[in-house]
Amino acid sequence: MIQVDDVRKKFGEQQVLRGVSFEVKKGSISTLIGRSGAGKSVLLRHMIGLDEPDSGHIVIDGSDIVGMKTRELNKIRRRFGVLFQDGALFDSMSVSENVAFPLREHSELNEKEIQDVVIQKLDAVGLRGHTEKYPSEISGGMRKRVGLARALALNPDIIFFDEPTSGLDPITRGAIYRFIEKTHLDGHITYFLVSHDISGVMAISDEIMMIHDGQIVACGTPESFRTSSDQVVRQFLSGSPDGPISID
Amino acid sequence: MWVVDFVKSSVVGIVEMAQEWLSELGLVIMFLGASLYWATRPPFRIQETIRQLDFAGTQSILLIVMTGAFTGMVSVLQGHNAMSRYGAESLVGAATALALTRELGPVLTGLMVVGRVGSAMTAELGSMRSTYQIDALSSMAVAPVQYLVCPRIIATSMAMPFLATIFSFSGMIGAYIMAVEYLHIDAGAFMSAVSDYVTSSDVTQGLTKSVVFGLILSLVACFKGFNATGGARGVGLATTKAVVLSSVLILFSDYLMTAIMF
Repeated sequence: MIQVDDVRKKFGEQQVLRGVSFEVKKGSISTLIGRSGAGKSVLLRHMIGLDEPDSGHIVIDGSDIVGMKTRELNKIRRRFGVLFQDGALFDSMSVSENVAFPLREHSELNEKEIQDVVIQKLDAVGLRGHTEKYPSEISGGMRKRVGLARALALNPDIIFFDEPTSGLDPITRGAIYRFIEKTHLDGHITYFLVSHDISGVMAISDEIMMIHDGQIVACGTPESFRTSSDQVVRQFLSGSPDGPISID
Repeated sequence: MWVVDFVKSSVVGIVEMAQEWLSELGLVIMFLGASLYWATRPPFRIQETIRQLDFAGTQSILLIVMTGAFTGMVSVLQGHNAMSRYGAESLVGAATALALTRELGPVLTGLMVVGRVGSAMTAELGSMRSTYQIDALSSMAVAPVQYLVCPRIIATSMAMPFLATIFSFSGMIGAYIMAVEYLHIDAGAFMSAVSDYVTSSDVTQGLTKSVVFGLILSLVACFKGFNATGGARGVGLATTKAVVLSSVLILFSDYLMTAIMF
């Protein structure tokens, strides 16, 4: 389980997170939604220990990662995978080398076993035939799928997704969500997504949180979001420029 | 009144610039500390270090041979022009050899490696920063400084003395050809002057300089790339700053080391 408790962060004069609190249940698919610039990606960076909050706590399976030493934090990081926007694949490595990277770093597997895992993970995201290509030779959607295969490589307990479908066409978007659902069912992993693609995440999420102006303004099941009377939620779902969410 | 305002704003500008430089110097020292810390802790990135040795060292050889040879040739031409006025043409080989081993070898190799290797390091790391590849390393529990920075600094510092030696050697070949074949200086006189005047301490001091230059240029290049912000423009700016700063630091440290050593 992940607990985010009263997390606050200020960059210069701008208060980006104003006391964010929520819980992510073990084995669930939970999604943080909100407008661009609402603080979603900043919060995700805090949850994976890339940034430190000014105050508050982020507890992953009983361990508070805020203020934790790098060595201890790395032990926790070995239990999770991250899919960054655009995949963040290492462009000097081929697709298979990218997926093999965490295995080479953190597992005791021999080269043959590593290659077997790589093929299995690439198979799970439908990319078995592209092992020797480089990130610059594949499409944006394929890069995200390779990123997902890399995130899955060490069979993690938790996977964090930063905008897994941004910039993709509707069909590729649908395919990515299908791979997310399929790999989640296969592994019973906790998935935490950050997205503003409301229609896609409604279909796959167990729980949704909405962040607005650095605070969580709504939290519940996709159904409760659909029937919500909250004006901020309704405006975000409808995509209307008129309402309490002002356009900067 | 405007004179007072001008002086005031100039002083404020200079103080702010000095503060900025000092704060950056502090950050570079901390970065060096982090690199030393991670370089001494397992896993040792031997494969990555070899890859960087190939890039910084092997792939620079042709460039170094060419610049070294031309530098030796032009040194002989200029030296002959000056020395012939005093009837000391036979010493042109010794003068060129001393200049190459003490100064030109390490300094020009350093500047050439800044252009070829340092700029590429900054651009690569800056691009990795802006595309979240460095964050991806951290999120996979891999220390980015250990994986990316330590191999580059170690490899460049190791490659530099070899490159400086190749520079001086090819410079001497160029000088010999120019002196003996073109200026008709006696080959025996040329070689004996070289062996009479160049001592082993000239060579070791030149090599020491080249190690320091390698450390400086790779440290600055990695620091600037690692901390690049602002997308493609930011990476471009970081690369320019890395090249300018490491070139200036090489020349400055060359002066310091020359003043101490000789």
